[in-house]
Amino acid sequence: MSESAPVNNRTESKAGKRVTSFNEGTGRLAAILLSPTLIVLALVVLYPIVSALRESLYTSGQRLDANGFIVKGSTFVGLDNYSAIFHGDTADRFWTAFYNTTFFTVVCVVLETVLGVAMALIMHKAFRGRSVVRAAILVPWAIPTVVSALLWKWIFQADGIANTLLGSQILWSTDGWQAKLSIIVADTWKTAPFIGLLVLAGLQTIPAEVYEAAKVDGASVLQTFRRITLPLVKPALLVAVLFRILDTLRIFDLPFVLVGPHKPSVETLSMLGYDEAFNTRYGPAAAYATVLFVYVAAVAYVFVKLLGADVIGEARAKKPGGGGRAQRKRDAALPAPAVGVTSVGGGM
Amino acid sequence: MKVKPLPAEAIKAAEASPWRRWAPLVGVALIVIYCLAPFYWMVVSAFRRPSDQFSNAVIPAPFSFQNFKDVFGAGNGFGRGLLNSLLVAGTVTILTLLIGMVAAYTLARLDFKFKNAVLAIIITTSMFPGISLVIPLLKLFINIKWINTYQAMIVPSLSFALPLAVWNLTAFFRQMPRELEQAAMVDGCTPAQAFRKVIIPLAAPGVFTTAIITFIAAWNEFLIALSMTNKKSVQTANVIISQFVGTTGRDQPFGSQMAAGVVVTIPLVIAVLIFQRRIVAGLTAGGVK
Repeated sequence: MSESAPVNNRTESKAGKRVTSFNEGTGRLAAILLSPTLIVLALVVLYPIVSALRESLYTSGQRLDANGFIVKGSTFVGLDNYSAIFHGDTADRFWTAFYNTTFFTVVCVVLETVLGVAMALIMHKAFRGRSVVRAAILVPWAIPTVVSALLWKWIFQADGIANTLLGSQILWSTDGWQAKLSIIVADTWKTAPFIGLLVLAGLQTIPAEVYEAAKVDGASVLQTFRRITLPLVKPALLVAVLFRILDTLRIFDLPFVLVGPHKPSVETLSMLGYDEAFNTRYGPAAAYATVLFVYVAAVAYVFVKLLGADVIGEARAKKPGGGGRAQRKRDAALPAPAVGVTSVGGGM
Repeated sequence: MKVKPLPAEAIKAAEASPWRRWAPLVGVALIVIYCLAPFYWMVVSAFRRPSDQFSNAVIPAPFSFQNFKDVFGAGNGFGRGLLNSLLVAGTVTILTLLIGMVAAYTLARLDFKFKNAVLAIIITTSMFPGISLVIPLLKLFINIKWINTYQAMIVPSLSFALPLAVWNLTAFFRQMPRELEQAAMVDGCTPAQAFRKVIIPLAAPGVFTTAIITFIAAWNEFLIALSMTNKKSVQTANVIISQFVGTTGRDQPFGSQMAAGVVVTIPLVIAVLIFQRRIVAGLTAGGVK
């Protein structure tokens, strides 16, 4: 491959159009270079997904067959695991977990986005102390979710600081609405600053002249925000929000550690799947995991289709008016927030 | 936009008002307090004597390292947990960088037919819920006797670390001018040499940033580490902290948990403070100058 590549590269730099004729060679080289990554991803992502699909059609462990004999090992049960989810005794538990997952996602992401944008606007206005804020904002992001869950559990302790400050005697993090609230508070604390950081990066790409022009025209603060800031930050924000949504849909660490397993008020789909797998009921566990997977995929699809979240931004090398390089740079900035957000959640 | 132009004096006045000057600083202070107050509370609680654990004083008096001593006490296996975390997160980071760098360079430099499809596939893999990967892998690892091994934690961790690293590195490689390799090749380097001798040294900051971000993500991982192990000697620090048992009856040992939390977090916070510019640049690649 070291023989063919320089030719390709050189041709490419001289005349972009002629590259197509070399596509075949480049394609082979690219395939070779990409194969390690793709193979690893196939092994650790594709295989488990397919395997979970298959697994969800089986039930394992001991069962009684028609004659009353004990059968060991996996038995094919078709869609029984799925129908059990929606109709059996476990239906209530499933719908509670489904509701909790959706509730956390909607409430947390809305709160985090609003707070994050507000933080970004403040940081953008502040000229002093910016590096201090930036360091401070990275602290919640760097704290492992498990540790932050314990930290909030401690804060929400019956005789902890939260009750002291509020002058209340609420039993947080036990069960009920207050347990939900404690999770929302903890999740928002950890990720709102991070969204703020990403939005700030978007804000900083807006040239100051645009704001000056708006000011000269006498635009109010609200108008400037709605007509200038929001549209220009929107692409980065949409991707960040999408990744936050996907992250919160699979939330596990926080409720698991902060409140604990088997609490109907905070049990999420991930926790349900984990609990089934933990009790070696792999069939139902795989069915829950598959339902969650389909749910996540559907949400992502709707989000991308409806709102046009530009996940692979750099794909658009439209080159309007030959501004190829600048365009490419602008686009390169888009997928990056996505990268950041994938790392933030940790709570898969 | 239909807005009335303001007279110039009005604009000046608005700029000069003290509210305009001080409001951002107040806002900044609020953000800093919001971010740091809970963290501060963890540190303060860690430095209290176990007997003052429920005191709500803002500064621990007297200062005590007892909680830290307890954490590293014999029964907890916390020191071992830290080593395990380091081993798992370190291996994940190195593997990810080795595999991901080649892919990222390819995606950033070569033009080929299914480039966007490959990018989309890689980003999509990071969206899958961890639990749907863990359940089948758990069953597989039980069959091949991988439970309570390091590779059982390392291999599944690649599922989130690799897409993350590839995306980050692709953004970095793309920012580097193509002319660099071309110049190297004009000077007689093969593409492999150009990559090794020119690109890698120049991409070092980007690679380093990606390494930090990947390491933090792997260090913070919980679900995989929790599912794949049930022996203390191989569990990571995160799992061990979550399973601390109190010394006195059914009390939760919050003091030692906070101390353990501080121990796990402080290295990351120091790294964040030292490399904050790099990390922010990595997280928002291209957005921040």
